[in-house]
Amino acid sequence: MITIKLNNSDISVEENTTVAASILSSGVDAFRRSVSGEVRGPLCGMGVCFECRVTIDGVRHQRSCTTLVADGMEIITDE
Amino acid sequence: MNRNASDILIVGGGAAGMSAAFAATSGGGTNITIVDDNPHLGGQIWRAELGKVRNADAAKLIEAIEAGRIGVVNSAQVFAAVSENKLLAETPNGTTEFEYKKLIIATGARERFLPFPGWTLSGVFGAGGLQALVKGGLNVKNKRIVVAGTGPLLLAVADYLNSKGANVVAIVEQASARNINRFALGLWNSPAKLIQAAALKKRLFRIPYLTNTWIANVTCGSPRVSKGVTSNAAIKSLSLNLNRNGKTQTIECDHLACGFHLVPNTELAALLGCKIEDGFVSVDGFQRTSLNNVYCAGEPTAIGGVEASLVEGKIAGYAAADNEERSRELFTKRDKTRRFGNALNTAFALRGELKTLADNATIVCRCEDVQYEKLAAFDDWRTAKLQTRCGMGPCQGRICGPATEFIFGWKPGPVRPPIFPVKLENL
Ligand SMILES: Cc1cc2nc3c(=O)[nH]c(=O)nc-3n(C[C@H](O)[C@H](O)[C@H](O)COP(=O)(O)OP(=O)(O)OC[C@H]3O[C@@H](n4cnc5c(N)ncnc54)[C@H](O)[C@@H]3O)c2cc1C
Ligand code: FES
Repeated sequence: MITIKLNNSDISVEENTTVAASILSSGVDAFRRSVSGEVRGPLCGMGVCFECRVTIDGVRHQRSCTTLVADGMEIITDE
Repeated sequence: MNRNASDILIVGGGAAGMSAAFAATSGGGTNITIVDDNPHLGGQIWRAELGKVRNADAAKLIEAIEAGRIGVVNSAQVFAAVSENKLLAETPNGTTEFEYKKLIIATGARERFLPFPGWTLSGVFGAGGLQALVKGGLNVKNKRIVVAGTGPLLLAVADYLNSKGANVVAIVEQASARNINRFALGLWNSPAKLIQAAALKKRLFRIPYLTNTWIANVTCGSPRVSKGVTSNAAIKSLSLNLNRNGKTQTIECDHLACGFHLVPNTELAALLGCKIEDGFVSVDGFQRTSLNNVYCAGEPTAIGGVEASLVEGKIAGYAAADNEERSRELFTKRDKTRRFGNALNTAFALRGELKTLADNATIVCRCEDVQYEKLAAFDDWRTAKLQTRCGMGPCQGRICGPATEFIFGWKPGPVRPPIFPVKLENL
């Protein structure tokens, strides 16, 4: 298991989990806001729709469905 | 910038790309590289589950590739072409330039999504989309899930979710029972597929398979916004209204997994200038595109299932290794998978009623939040794009393009680099 920080809470997840799966598993469904302010989360699961974008280690707009978790990773959603 | 030079470069590490690589080495080719944007080989059907590909055949193929002298570059997304035989890919460590003598494009397909009221709510995923998330570690145990849309993928996804302990409430299929039965009868010509289908039917027999049925709209009781981490992932239920032969039926569930068959990823081929016909990359018997040193295998050439991708990959791999004799031996097999693909696409063709699912306020372009009524006023994709920004967001029309093509009959515009958004410093 590895530990990541999701919206400033520590959570522990299995290795090789995608960031998107770890966010959903933690009960968070607001990944990002759309241009008109709607809450959005993953659709395609394979890196083409860009709905699952979150901030990872300070870098905004990263696709969480194609990124694997890493120890100490910091994820912020709904920015 | 990192550089990589190969004799044979393969873009896409799914069934087609891997089988092309393996055929190319066994056909005498050397200096072969696969580049793929996922963290692991496998593509869609064989997507790794928490880092491991479970399918035995696929695992063997991956082992052979890793043991052989085939270079594999994961997590690298090809986004542009520079000069005649060089591609650029974005990787976690910046941009890599891939030079090639011959190129095999095996970029697969994505799901087609159609807009209906509620399709942007959280809890609504693609069908293959939810499967991919579960393979990435999402727990769906005891979740009530409706799998909807069209195509054989719905059955594969329902089967998979079921095996992970989900409570699959129903499979909602827009095609008619008549078309599906006709298609199933055609399977008599391919016994292996018939056995697979029978086994699948047995595993899914408890789950209602509602044909002639589609999602009319989805609502969510309380607004489903949760940013705080909870120990017990409390999911608010979705309420689905189905249209069943003109009658409305309501189902409650936790997740909706909805996709309308597949559309080919032809952007890279189009960018290079390969001829595209009726939405698919044109190839000759050897899977060669209109460009002499560029081959294409798998779903960009036709949606035909994994067998088609495997055999096309082999043909392209042998041909790229200058071993056309071995390619030729596979033509009959390939042509058979094509007939299967054609029958599949006919059976699951989209019904006209689906064009009117969106209401005026339904968002069609999810990147730019363009509503149906804003688009309905235009005659073509180009004007709509310029006036509304539809298709100008980061997905570059990969989601709304196939939807507006179906709903309004708009033809897609030309492909321009970069074909995926890239960080500024990597451009
Ligand atoms: C989400 C989804 C789930 C599916 N699940 C199943 C299933 O469970 N069972 C089934 O029978 N069929 C499934 N299919 C159908 C499936 O596409 C085929 O059965 C099979 O995977 C096709 O193999 P392929 O090699 O042609 O394409 P793919 O397997 O799609 O492989 C293409 C690969 O190329 C990569 N790629 C694309 N563009 C680029 C680029 N620019 N740069 C780098 N890499 C790139 C992709 O990420 C992918 O890894 C699924 C399809 C989708 C879209
Ligand atoms: S869910 Fe579509 S890009 Fe991540």
